[in-house]
Amino acid sequence: MIAEAGHYALVLALALALIQSTVPIAGARWGDVALMNVARSTALAQLLFAAISFTALVSLHVTSDFSVVNVYENSHSLKPLIYKITGVWGNHEGSMLLWVSILALFGGLVAAFGNNLPLSLRAHVLAVQAWIASAFYLFILITSNPFLRIANPPIEGRDLNPVLQDIGLAVHPPMLYLGYVGFSISFSFAVAALLEGRIDAAWARWVRPWTLVAWIFLTLGIAMGSYWAYYELGWGGWWFWDPVENASLMPWLAGTALLHSAVVMEKRNALKVWTILLSILTFSLSLLGTFLVRSGVLTSVHAFATDPTRGVFILLILCIFIGGSLSLYAWRASALKQGGLFAPISREGALVLNNLFLTTACATVFIGTLYPLALEVLTGDKISVGAPFFNLTFAPLFVPLMVAVPFGPLLAWKRGDLLGAAQRLTAAGVMALIAIALLWAWTYGGSTLAPLAIGLAVFVIAGAFTDLAERTGLFRVPLGTALRRARGLPRATWGSAFAHAGVGIALIGIVCETTWNSEHISTMRPGDVAKVAGYELKLDDMVQRKGPNFREMIARFTVDLDGQKLSVMTPSKRNFTTRESSTTEAALLTRGASQLYISLGDATADGAIAVRIYHKPLVLLIWWGPVLMAFGGMLSLSDRRLRVGAPKPARALRGLQAAE
Amino acid sequence: MTRKQRRLTMIGGSLAVLAVAAALVLNAMRDSIVFFSTPSMVAEKHISAGKRFRLGGLVQPGSLQRGDNLAVSFSVADGSATLPVSYKGILPDLFREGQGVVAEGALDASGTFRADTVLAKHDETYMPKDVADALKKQGHWKDDYGKKPSASAAPQPTQGAMR
Repeated sequence: MIAEAGHYALVLALALALIQSTVPIAGARWGDVALMNVARSTALAQLLFAAISFTALVSLHVTSDFSVVNVYENSHSLKPLIYKITGVWGNHEGSMLLWVSILALFGGLVAAFGNNLPLSLRAHVLAVQAWIASAFYLFILITSNPFLRIANPPIEGRDLNPVLQDIGLAVHPPMLYLGYVGFSISFSFAVAALLEGRIDAAWARWVRPWTLVAWIFLTLGIAMGSYWAYYELGWGGWWFWDPVENASLMPWLAGTALLHSAVVMEKRNALKVWTILLSILTFSLSLLGTFLVRSGVLTSVHAFATDPTRGVFILLILCIFIGGSLSLYAWRASALKQGGLFAPISREGALVLNNLFLTTACATVFIGTLYPLALEVLTGDKISVGAPFFNLTFAPLFVPLMVAVPFGPLLAWKRGDLLGAAQRLTAAGVMALIAIALLWAWTYGGSTLAPLAIGLAVFVIAGAFTDLAERTGLFRVPLGTALRRARGLPRATWGSAFAHAGVGIALIGIVCETTWNSEHISTMRPGDVAKVAGYELKLDDMVQRKGPNFREMIARFTVDLDGQKLSVMTPSKRNFTTRESSTTEAALLTRGASQLYISLGDATADGAIAVRIYHKPLVLLIWWGPVLMAFGGMLSLSDRRLRVGAPKPARALRGLQAAE
Repeated sequence: MTRKQRRLTMIGGSLAVLAVAAALVLNAMRDSIVFFSTPSMVAEKHISAGKRFRLGGLVQPGSLQRGDNLAVSFSVADGSATLPVSYKGILPDLFREGQGVVAEGALDASGTFRADTVLAKHDETYMPKDVADALKKQGHWKDDYGKKPSASAAPQPTQGAMR
């Protein structure tokens, strides 16, 4: 009954999406207000029915209704409740349903908060949103219906893939999808602008908060996924340049570029055509990501199922939306009016440089990810493009970008003063040089590249605060005045400073982890002691334990530092009987931003066990960086000038403040 | 500067960055791409010692031997040829005899494949895609690898190659 209701709600949502994708456009053509307003009500109703459908699937999983194929294949009655819920999107059908539900959510948000949008723009945006929604409702209903029943229901389910039975699954996919799908809003706005043939600064003021929301979620989603891989896979790696990771990185790079070009468009009414193109590309890359992950052309932990019809269907959606929007762009972009002038050395110029490097870096990731697929289709040769490729292409492109980051905010709009900016960055530069010198002396004879990279990171972080110090007049005026000015600064300024500092912090973490990571791999018996980076780890004993749907073997390690007992670490190895598979649960000991990491291998016949122990210095900075970036994004978002749905600045006084 | 000059500066700058990126990509393509081979392809092609590639096939049942200090050796077979592989380290959770495996490394002088990474990671219904394709091509594909209670005939990866 619930399954049928969920299925029916999905069909109704499709019907509503079809209405929403046609009627408002006709209304906009004929100038009929009532027809244009249909978009708003259908978007809200569509959200309601998508939510009903999703809730139905969740309740089927919670009640372990094994007469539904999707529940049978991915659930087990003994599974803890939290994994019964998260297991809803731990499979192909459920994750696609989550995808469209989030799409409907964003459509609903635009409908609910878009009251002060120009009516025809809102009608167009929601219609385009409904095109995407219709395509994906059709995809789910035709190829991946999560509500299919089994004729003879089994008593027990096949359980969820053990790797996915982790709290990470509760957070990572929804975050990532909020990011992916959030970019559909800027896409819809871009296509709407092309359809209308009109675009102005108000358009950018609308698009920017939505892009920012999507970007924040995508940043957190990627960081979360990386941390999950780090602790769950038991290899201590946090980024593998796996095609699926790249699929999420590409929209992030393009989205970051979009965020910056939208600033230029909002403030200076320039780069319009480019911003439109970036909006289209960003969402296209999100769709491509969905295709790569869901079609099964790639094998990875994320590919839940290979079914050729699904791949072809998604490929079709991909071609229609990317091809269609790009053709529309080619056809209509010239009709959009060109924007304002600016010198190459200016804030605009710096943001163009940012866009140039981000999109180029994105293009190299694109080539590295798709080249093996293209080659296999064309010649049948199988190759793999791994980390070395990306380290050789992506890193050199990011270095100049990082060097340029602190300069951007210090340049004036329209015509900047590079020399002046360089002078103001002297302090940051000196700090970076000191950091390089100290590190180089401290690690004498070691890597030369690492101190340089950390110096670069210090430069970025110090540069971000130079910007704040310059604006508040810190060290030049009395502290009280500086603080008062700091409070008066637009939150967006604080936001960009934090986000830029976050990039530097993540870089420090990455460099430290990759350069000074120490590892110890051996077989150990109870009583054996391993020494890693000054810590002494003694294997006390190994015990068996029974969990709700698994058996596990727990090893207990006592960790000593300088003869003092520090802590006990308990890595374990779990065996899931239903799937006859096992997972490694690593034990982590956090010391400041550094971590000790133990994961277990196989037990040998004579009672010893293979053990991997890592000491990862400052590893947590890799994820604190993105968290700080996301925090900066949220600060920016809370800026009243950018608030979703905020009208033009209420007080003229705001216009007098320094532009950020 | 006139509008035209400014535009030319922009375009020139963009082209320069793109050229650098293209050079980087081409350079990286030459050095850091790894080909995939099966044991019989290795036998045919006479891959020289020291050249890195990915080896895929089934772990020969009964070939797994554990030595001292985590040294492991096993054979990878694809039905018509086998290749001995040596590895030092911890094997992935789901490494099993008779199941698919992908290893990355190079041949040594004696013709043994020295792997530095073993990418086998699959559950009971899944084989690494590269291995499945290669085996199908040679006609050694057994349909029951893909057998699942649900009706679909294709192998159902639920989890893939991970390091």
